[in-house]
Amino acid sequence: MSQVLTDKDGVKRYLITLNVNGDAHTILVKGNAILTNVLRDQLDLTGTKKGCELGDCGSCTVLLDGKPVDSCLVLAVEADGREITTIEGVSANGALDAIQESMINHAAVQCGYCTPGMVLSAKALLTRNPHPTEPEVREAIAGNLCRCTGYVHIVEAVLAASQGRVTPDDH
Amino acid sequence: MYMPDFEYHTPRTLSEACALLAELGEKATVLAGGTDILHKMKVGKLAPEHLVSLKNLDEIREIRHEAGRGIVIGALTNHAAIYNSPLLQERYLSLPMAAHTMASTQICNLGTVGGNIVNGVPSADLPPILIALQATIRLVSASGERSMALEDFFCGAAETVIAPGELLTEITIPDQETTGSTYIKFGLRRSGALAVTGVAVSVCVEGDKLRDARIVLASAAPTVMRATAAEDFLRGRTISDEALAEAGTLAAAASRPRDSIRGSAEYRKNLAEVLTKRALRKAIDEGHV
Repeated sequence: MSQVLTDKDGVKRYLITLNVNGDAHTILVKGNAILTNVLRDQLDLTGTKKGCELGDCGSCTVLLDGKPVDSCLVLAVEADGREITTIEGVSANGALDAIQESMINHAAVQCGYCTPGMVLSAKALLTRNPHPTEPEVREAIAGNLCRCTGYVHIVEAVLAASQGRVTPDDH
Repeated sequence: MYMPDFEYHTPRTLSEACALLAELGEKATVLAGGTDILHKMKVGKLAPEHLVSLKNLDEIREIRHEAGRGIVIGALTNHAAIYNSPLLQERYLSLPMAAHTMASTQICNLGTVGGNIVNGVPSADLPPILIALQATIRLVSASGERSMALEDFFCGAAETVIAPGELLTEITIPDQETTGSTYIKFGLRRSGALAVTGVAVSVCVEGDKLRDARIVLASAAPTVMRATAAEDFLRGRTISDEALAEAGTLAAAASRPRDSIRGSAEYRKNLAEVLTKRALRKAIDEGHV
């Protein structure tokens, strides 16, 4: 059980540790704090986007212990002690992940709002299944809505990343 | 988005959770995967005084086979764990397939089988196939425990027989004689859509006859429902396209769907007829799929 602190107004706050992108953050949160908001407002990790906030659009996708979840439907206190990867943790040593490079090169980013969630869903897929088929890619990103409807390029980009072709074929 | 305030509890064991729920009574709401509870709290449909999180109860988060009992699924098992379970895939692929049609990966990694049952909504995708496979459930409280057939758990739209203080802890699929089962769901999209109508069946094929069949409809009545007239008609009958079509007609006639934004009652009756016929044929020809 995490430590509970009660302020002079009787509001309880929980001392929790979130392991985000390899860094342990020990922070105080209210019981009703949503993970998306804690990541954005308390940890300044604003790459995680807020869309529908009801688990439909996938723009708030983060990896919880390596698995994609809608962070808008997770209480921060429930994630105490767990490993979280946000879009900020996908690149390593200043270099973009192959999926990110591929998305840039395939023009798979339009307004960009769905992109962080798309990249994380794709990352989880390629970690589990390094050589997916096109239907497997489509299924993996089915929980991420792109309102620009840029799915064709997104799917191409993920497939290309899985095949080591981050530069697009000539169109 | 606004989230109401609540008192948060994290019992460490099942008995601690039961004691807490007994003490809090109707003031407590149980939090499992959160995909439904937090959604309801955000849209203002639910504002519990106490939220009892089950996150520490790893004892009811596993799938195992017990000799003489069958496959026991902990209520906190999430949908992704169900569709990724080698044990379930090997024995009753129909259940992983049903879990897989339910929602996006993000939701399947959070939502639990227990939540899908306890919510009691008629469009839930797991109860139909579980009832077709004769599943039983175990309810535990501070004062004891009881087991019942899953089909006896539902008593109305979003109404179940669970009492305040009771927790659904496990679902058991008994070892069985069925030769095939399947769940066919018709949604408005391939992914992330609720069932307009769904049909789960299990069959026991013996030679060219159906020794037994179970037909369970989703989104076809205020509760998940068995089409008993269709089952009675099929029992002992020689398998033919005509017999399966008649079973579809009987299932549709027994259904009591409502008009909703996802489909009219008339449309849903038609779906029940066609999907029943298709599901029976699939389970007869292909086994547990």
